[in-house]
Amino acid sequence: MHLGHHTTKFRMPENTIPKEAAYQIINDELMLDGNPRLNLASFVTTWMEPECDKLMMAAINKNYVDMDEYPVTTELQNRCVNMIAHLFNAPLGESEAAVGVGTVGSSEAIMLAGLAFKRKWQNKRKAEGKPYDKPNIVTGANVQVCWEKFARYFEVELKEVNLREGYYVMDPEKAVELVDENTICVAAILGSTLNGEFEDVKLLNDLLIKKNSETGWDVPIHVDAASGGFIAPFLYPELEWDFRLPLVKSINVSGHKYGLVYAGIGWNIWRSKEDLPEELIFHINYLGTDQPTFTLNFSKGSSQVIAQYYQLIRLGFEGYKNVMENCQENAMVLKEGLERTGRFTIVSKDNGIPLVAFSLKDHSRHDEFELSHHLRRFGWIVPAYTMPADAQHITVLRVVIREDFSRGLAERLVLDIEKVLRELDALPPNGKSMKRPADVANCHAALANGHVAKRLETDKKTNAIC
Amino acid sequence: MVLSKAVPSSHDASLSCTFASRYVRNPLPRFKLPEESIPKEAAYQVINDELMLDGNPRLNLASFVTTWMEPECDKLIMAALNKNYVDMDEYPITTELQNRCVNMIAHLFNAPIGEDETAVGVSTVGSSEAIMLAGLAFKRKWQNKRKAEGKPYDKPNIVTGANVQVCWEKFARYFEVELKEVKLKEGYYVMDPEKAADMVDENTICVAAILGSTLTGEFEDVKKLNDLLTQKNKETGWNVPIHVDAASGGFIAPFLYKDLVWDFRLPLVKSINVSGHKYGLVYAGVGWVVWRSKEDLPDELVFHINYLGADQPTFTLNFSKGSSQIIAQYYQFIRLGFEGYKNIIENCMENAKVLHKGIEQTGRFNIVSKEEGVPLVAFELKDKTYYTVFDISENLRRFGWIVPAYTMPADAQHIAVLRVVVREDFSCSLAERLASDIQKVVEELDERVKHVTKVVTTQVDITASGGTDGALVHKSEQEIAEEVITYWKKFVNRKKTSGVC
Repeated sequence: MHLGHHTTKFRMPENTIPKEAAYQIINDELMLDGNPRLNLASFVTTWMEPECDKLMMAAINKNYVDMDEYPVTTELQNRCVNMIAHLFNAPLGESEAAVGVGTVGSSEAIMLAGLAFKRKWQNKRKAEGKPYDKPNIVTGANVQVCWEKFARYFEVELKEVNLREGYYVMDPEKAVELVDENTICVAAILGSTLNGEFEDVKLLNDLLIKKNSETGWDVPIHVDAASGGFIAPFLYPELEWDFRLPLVKSINVSGHKYGLVYAGIGWNIWRSKEDLPEELIFHINYLGTDQPTFTLNFSKGSSQVIAQYYQLIRLGFEGYKNVMENCQENAMVLKEGLERTGRFTIVSKDNGIPLVAFSLKDHSRHDEFELSHHLRRFGWIVPAYTMPADAQHITVLRVVIREDFSRGLAERLVLDIEKVLRELDALPPNGKSMKRPADVANCHAALANGHVAKRLETDKKTNAIC
Repeated sequence: MVLSKAVPSSHDASLSCTFASRYVRNPLPRFKLPEESIPKEAAYQVINDELMLDGNPRLNLASFVTTWMEPECDKLIMAALNKNYVDMDEYPITTELQNRCVNMIAHLFNAPIGEDETAVGVSTVGSSEAIMLAGLAFKRKWQNKRKAEGKPYDKPNIVTGANVQVCWEKFARYFEVELKEVKLKEGYYVMDPEKAADMVDENTICVAAILGSTLTGEFEDVKKLNDLLTQKNKETGWNVPIHVDAASGGFIAPFLYKDLVWDFRLPLVKSINVSGHKYGLVYAGVGWVVWRSKEDLPDELVFHINYLGADQPTFTLNFSKGSSQIIAQYYQFIRLGFEGYKNIIENCMENAKVLHKGIEQTGRFNIVSKEEGVPLVAFELKDKTYYTVFDISENLRRFGWIVPAYTMPADAQHIAVLRVVVREDFSCSLAERLASDIQKVVEELDERVKHVTKVVTTQVDITASGGTDGALVHKSEQEIAEEVITYWKKFVNRKKTSGVC
């Protein structure tokens, strides 16, 4: 009976309805959402073991911030911080506690890291009697949108190193050139959103040490390892990108990407206490001891923290390694399948995040946005993007390989892409492919899947997907 | 012929019962990622068991945050756990549900929007994020105005009461805004509108009023503040706006106190935040902030995402996050409707009254909270000589109850209260049980004090008789009592900051 009523959309209804009806109405509407497991746009985990689901449901009514009431949950967070700090080779003594925090995601983590750098730099400049009103941060133009948010909301200038065709990450030499006395830090990305590449943090470190010794400045590095932080230690343990490099002062990683937890958890680790100005920390007294906290969010669920701990002890080093190796394998299967069609250039590297970014060799008749649109009909969500400045003429499709993207799915995707190519070949050309990238983006905005985040006043595209 | 193979011992490990396996013998990894994987049943059991030592969320009377939802809603929450809210394009319905919630809340708060106009608002992880966004909007608006006037814009400040929740202090510290706090005084535990208007100056980006003070549940007089501020604005030519922190009160006032004018009906109120996870009746992890109109949210702060061909503006600090709580909020709105919320809040008020009466009947406490406001009971000891509210709080734990004790902020730091928040799932019988357990604790503490005083007195007599010049040294009863208190206080010496939402 209630299903026949028009559910008011903008105003709270006057009357109560039975819980079964409420459930059914919402459940049915949500059937029209995309299937998270077929969402190949996202790095964020979409499957966990039922045992973990059980733990999460049991913890759903625990407000994480009530440290006093839920001391074990707080303890689990602390253990995760320590495990991740050790994974990143933080210079800690045997029983020394790591300096770090659980956040809602890498956005919050980055804002906290950025705040710490800003405050540290301000204090130093004040002590030197120099102006401290124009802080800036140096990154590549390939940064994820949360860096732009940080810059805008916390009043720091963002100095971006532009990309170029064939080189889609931050060039360490150009980055170091952009550094000046107002630079609070240089942010390197381990696992670029666009093509999964790892930036050369070691080269950046070496060049920056040299610049620091020449100028007397003390510019540090932050590594945005949102995706790469849970990949590099398992697949590329020899790669030096973390606290082994002396200038790296903080690292963020998303628990909900290759940390293999559902959306809603990130981590930020500082090298040591000195890198986190005390004045930013709020001290809450719990169980008679001091629990320092530094987060933007306060009340939030505990489920994801517990889930992260579950994954860390359930999988252990070998488990994570196996999962990442599987992802790499499946990425190779997909890549080779695409290469065999002869229609694509592969833009992503083999080393890095397990994803495949590819563009059409021939844009004369159709483009990547159309391909993406057609793939939707098969159920696949594969986003198409244009690169940021100065490579805006390059458009790519990107498939992220997550834990739950099996080989069978990889092979099926290749088949479906081939089908779509055949369909498109049979269609007349859209006549728009040769236009400028901004126009392309505009024309296809309605068709495309919205991964092009545009500020309507400027041409600069922000990449709005984590 | 059937060939049998011996099953390698590693198989046994996964077949055997968790408690028979080696996994419950090994110490739990605490500092380093363990080398090996363990079976999922073992991982589940080991974590589940340790978590048994956490407090019971339903008996956590310290928190406003919802601790129970209907199983149907739990089902929806579970199903949405793997949806990343920010993927608006992939999950258009979930995004639509958020938009509906924003509109419903905006209308609930009487935002001046036309029939087909969409409200300006956003879902957040909680009121902390909501407040930071609102504060950012005020700061940017004020800065732009000052720049246009050619005046300095480097010293923004915000005026609030000293009773503000810690997230305002965070906002001030992280976004470099000065916090000008109106001090409280004994008997008046919220922001005084007159003192607040006095503190306003040309650098004030906004005045923040609280609907539902964390400490006592009281609603601040937003209307009076609005009137005083309107006058001050006229006199000075400034344009200082108001933000209402309705984290708790936003889902109470519209249902219980319809005639209370506190929201967008007041012209100076430009934004309001409310916690979905408090009396919005959703689990931890959702808050809302609504702006009066587009003009109150500077466009330069908004990021525009193109989805389904339409512009979806977003203004949040967090990016990826779960969708479950948003769906749960929408569930509650359509499931309960206006009448459902009203019934629940009325029940809470009733149960708060039951508790209030029960506590008063012990004869040992003064009730500090008001009858109107958030359904909670805050009470202090009439006689603090022998033990404090902190002792009571400590002892109530043994019965399973978590009832926090706080000292008031400046200038009423000598007042310490216990506070019980009455949530949806705090029934009348629980209220009666709590009152009787409080009575028990008070009686126990009385006994203990009597016992210790006797012992100390005996000791003093013995030592007194052994004085060097033979004269008896008598300690006054007061001195003895003080010694006893100091002795016991050592165990319960903690000053709690009101760090609880």
